Amino acid sequence: MARNVNFDLSHPLMEAGLESPADEEGVHDSFQQLIAEHADNGAASSALELQQLQSDLVEESQDNIPLCGPEHEHRRQGASDLECDGGEREMDQIQGEGWSSDTLKILSSMPSRTIGRNRGAIISQYCNKTLKLRRRRQTRPSIRDFSPSSRPSIRSYGMEGDTIDAEVSKRERLVNNLQNLPVSDRVRMLRGMPLSVAEKKEIRNLVMQKEKRILSNKRLSCYSQLKYYIIIAARKSWYSWLSFLHSLQPWQTLLKRVSGRFGTGVLSYFLFLKTLVFFNVFLFLVTGAFLVLPQAVHPPDEATETRSFSGLELLTGAGSFSHTVMYYGYYTNYTLPRSSRGEGRGQNASALSSDSQQFSYNMPLAYFFTIGMAFFITCIILVYSMSKTFGRSFRINKSNSILTMKTFSSWDFKVIKKKSVQIMSENICTQLKVSMQTNMILVHIVDADWQECADLKHSLWSVSLPHTTLLLPPHQELLAELTQKNTKSTFCKRFCRQMVHGVAWTICIASTTGCMAGVYYFSEFIHKDLQQNYRKFEVYPLMKEARLLSLPTVVSLINLLLPALFNVVAWMEIYESPSVFAYVAIGRNLMLKTSMLGVLCFHWLGRVAPEYKSIGLTCWESFVGEELYRFLLMDFIFTLLDTLFGELLWRLFSEKVLKKKRKPVFDIARNVLDLIYGQTLAWLGVLFSPLLPAVQILKLFLVFYIKMSSVMMNCQAPRKPYRASQMTTIFITLLCIPSLLGASVCVTYTMWSITPSTSCGPFRGLSTMFKAGKHWMKILEKDNPKLSVLSKAHTYFVENPFFLFVGAGIFLIVIYFHSQVVDGQRKIISLLQDQIQNEGEDKKFLINQLQSVHKQKQDAGKRLKSQDSTC
Amino acid sequence: MGNKQTIFTAQQLDAYQDCTYFTRKEILRLFYRYRDLAPQLVPLDYTNHPDVKLPYELIGSMPELKDNPFRQRIAEVFSEDGEGNMTLDDFLDMFSVLSEMAPRDLKAYYAFKIYDFNNDDFICKSDLEKTLNKLTRNELTEDEVRMVCEKVIDEADLDNDGRLSLEDFQHMIVRAPDFLSTFHIRI
Repeated sequence: MARNVNFDLSHPLMEAGLESPADEEGVHDSFQQLIAEHADNGAASSALELQQLQSDLVEESQDNIPLCGPEHEHRRQGASDLECDGGEREMDQIQGEGWSSDTLKILSSMPSRTIGRNRGAIISQYCNKTLKLRRRRQTRPSIRDFSPSSRPSIRSYGMEGDTIDAEVSKRERLVNNLQNLPVSDRVRMLRGMPLSVAEKKEIRNLVMQKEKRILSNKRLSCYSQLKYYIIIAARKSWYSWLSFLHSLQPWQTLLKRVSGRFGTGVLSYFLFLKTLVFFNVFLFLVTGAFLVLPQAVHPPDEATETRSFSGLELLTGAGSFSHTVMYYGYYTNYTLPRSSRGEGRGQNASALSSDSQQFSYNMPLAYFFTIGMAFFITCIILVYSMSKTFGRSFRINKSNSILTMKTFSSWDFKVIKKKSVQIMSENICTQLKVSMQTNMILVHIVDADWQECADLKHSLWSVSLPHTTLLLPPHQELLAELTQKNTKSTFCKRFCRQMVHGVAWTICIASTTGCMAGVYYFSEFIHKDLQQNYRKFEVYPLMKEARLLSLPTVVSLINLLLPALFNVVAWMEIYESPSVFAYVAIGRNLMLKTSMLGVLCFHWLGRVAPEYKSIGLTCWESFVGEELYRFLLMDFIFTLLDTLFGELLWRLFSEKVLKKKRKPVFDIARNVLDLIYGQTLAWLGVLFSPLLPAVQILKLFLVFYIKMSSVMMNCQAPRKPYRASQMTTIFITLLCIPSLLGASVCVTYTMWSITPSTSCGPFRGLSTMFKAGKHWMKILEKDNPKLSVLSKAHTYFVENPFFLFVGAGIFLIVIYFHSQVVDGQRKIISLLQDQIQNEGEDKKFLINQLQSVHKQKQDAGKRLKSQDSTC
Repeated sequence: MGNKQTIFTAQQLDAYQDCTYFTRKEILRLFYRYRDLAPQLVPLDYTNHPDVKLPYELIGSMPELKDNPFRQRIAEVFSEDGEGNMTLDDFLDMFSVLSEMAPRDLKAYYAFKIYDFNNDDFICKSDLEKTLNKLTRNELTEDEVRMVCEKVIDEADLDNDGRLSLEDFQHMIVRAPDFLSTFHIRI
């Protein structure tokens, strides 16, 4: 082998290459270490021989090392294949024999291997990292603030060995680098270092001392002193803010308990619920601060008929609630702090009256912008979190090391209950078995050993039969493919299966369509009924309100029963993989819920809004708000019923009557979809009822506690693996795309093209809500002619669709560029992966060279010795 | 919370906050958790840096670790002496790494250490066997364990040296989306 190498010695590149190992501190270290270790061994009889060998070895290996990389490639391509083959054969042979201890030593002291090995290595790694970071932010500290040693210099990459001295100097350098970083980066670095806290504290102390010294040494300018104090104060307040935020985080212990028992899957439901609470709190704060509070402080001076509180209001949201800050109709259309009250309603719009020199608050504009901004910010937050989870859960390259991941990342460290731990280890065991068998089948497929294959598959099914849904998707898809490949004869079977799928989908779609039609006609009926009888109802308002409850009840009932039907239908089908099964279930539920909401929106915006007078309403927006309140409430009540009957009673039934030990399993997907449905209702209702988020918060709180206790009492740890991060991504996406998008489309449509009620609400007297801005502009212009430019700009920019198109176009272009960048990164990643593979090959090649050289030297030494002895 | 000044000085708390992923409140809570393990050993005053170590038996009996098959390894990896006896610093370190905020790289580093049973900085076949036996509670047969080991090394070993280095491990972890959520203990 060494002969193979030697013929390359004449190559000119070699001279330059000689230097290369010295550049890398690690490589150099490794040889030094080797020498040191050899020196230790030198106590043995053959000390002299070894020493000679070391020097030779170092020389020889330095000769050899430059031959890797391009050289090697070149030779491989250029030289005769025969020789190459011979070389490889030899290599295999060597590998078979096992490497000598010297080779292993070199191998294990390679720089890449020493990362994370000892403290010194970690420190030097982080030293380099901080240096890089500092270079990137070079602009920050002025260069004269640095002490000379902290400047990056080639000298510091010198040849020091891995001695204590070197470690100290490395640490010095790290401290220097850290000290020159901005505070936030420093803390981030410090936290991310895989050192013990004691060590970190020490480093931090050193940094602080150094900083102090520098500060006291230099007479700081007033500005930078100020800056320094501001930074310290900001950091202090940031920490206390974090502390405060943390104390706000509700349900810590409950979440811990549920995760300790059920693991990440069920926990993700509760975390989702928590995010929804935060969205609603945000919405509530915005509407509360900008709409409800100003209006509540300055109540409108209309004579409102006060109805006695009957208790039914809590259910219907109407009655004595209907003329409160809760609904759209209560809000006024004038500028708020008015000194003179009691003007007629009609011309209040022009109420920037001259006597209100004080702070004024234009309600229609506030209403318009609050709702608009609330939606916009929610949308941005959602899209941001969506993209973040996307990045986290769907990696750019697909993975092919399934078994490894199963082994190392499937243990859920959160789970602390004994029984659940047991279930989890059973799960993992089965999964490993299944993956292994699938692997074996694959091997046999490659060998086209069909008989073996069939046997294995049989055994595989027997393994996975007790947990039919346990199989992992990648394997399952693989298996499905395999099934397709080698079961051409069972075309009939496949056809049957397709038929079953077809029937199932037909049933689902038909039932959904049926329900849609049912709700459509039922709402029409209710509408007609109201039209005919509204005079009668005016005498008995309670009856009307009770009647209005029927529509939400029907819809909620459908929402409860149809998913159950879908589940029954899904039992009939056979799905290759549980993930497909889950996606199909989600898809069907989603179909149902969107169609329901679609019909309802049509009912409200297309039927009630244009002809609200015919059913005796003065304010259709308030009516829609009430309806949404009712829907939200009914949804809550049916969630309660579902929990009671679906979980509690079912558990009792199966325990007491069926005498089974198994408890029901918490259906995460369906429950999350229910939450999304409720949230869509809340978002739809914000425009019509600004306090609806508060109701939703209340509802979510109750749902949290009810579900929590129900899960703790009635359910058992899930038996199938749940890919939490992927599912979370899907749910966030669903919350964004159909839910928020649908709601905002509806709200925008309402604002843009539906005429608001003429006698109530902040937009009375306008043809659409969108006109509020223009109206205000006109008033402004009339009041203050100097501002006419502003109004012109408004007409030109806001009302011109051209700018809308430009904005959308820019947005699309940005998205396009981003996707292109991601695409490029994907390509680079695949290239880098190839490179890693090549590096691995190169390393292997080098090690073999080293080994053979070493052997030769040893042989030569032996021969020399024997010659000596014969002499 | 009137007594929080007496446990740590403000500087100590700041240092802890800079070195771990915890807020002031969490640090105090963790201190109380630590103290509850052995109230007679741990003083209520940490301002003069007392040298207190809790033995592994106490650490391993925490409900968070009690039923975890890797509890001994976790304690060993995070303890300064390598035998699972923990100071308060080690204790904070452990939960900081296992907290939600810790980045993937840090978690991966310590996960690697945990699975590296013989401390040789590589996950070799024997480490893998131990891991698998702990994961499945010795439910797999020897043959199966051997096969899984071979397969895992085959899949994840990028540089073909027959064992997994930290690099190999990190490379694999990057592609495992659930790792971040599973390598996490709530306190």
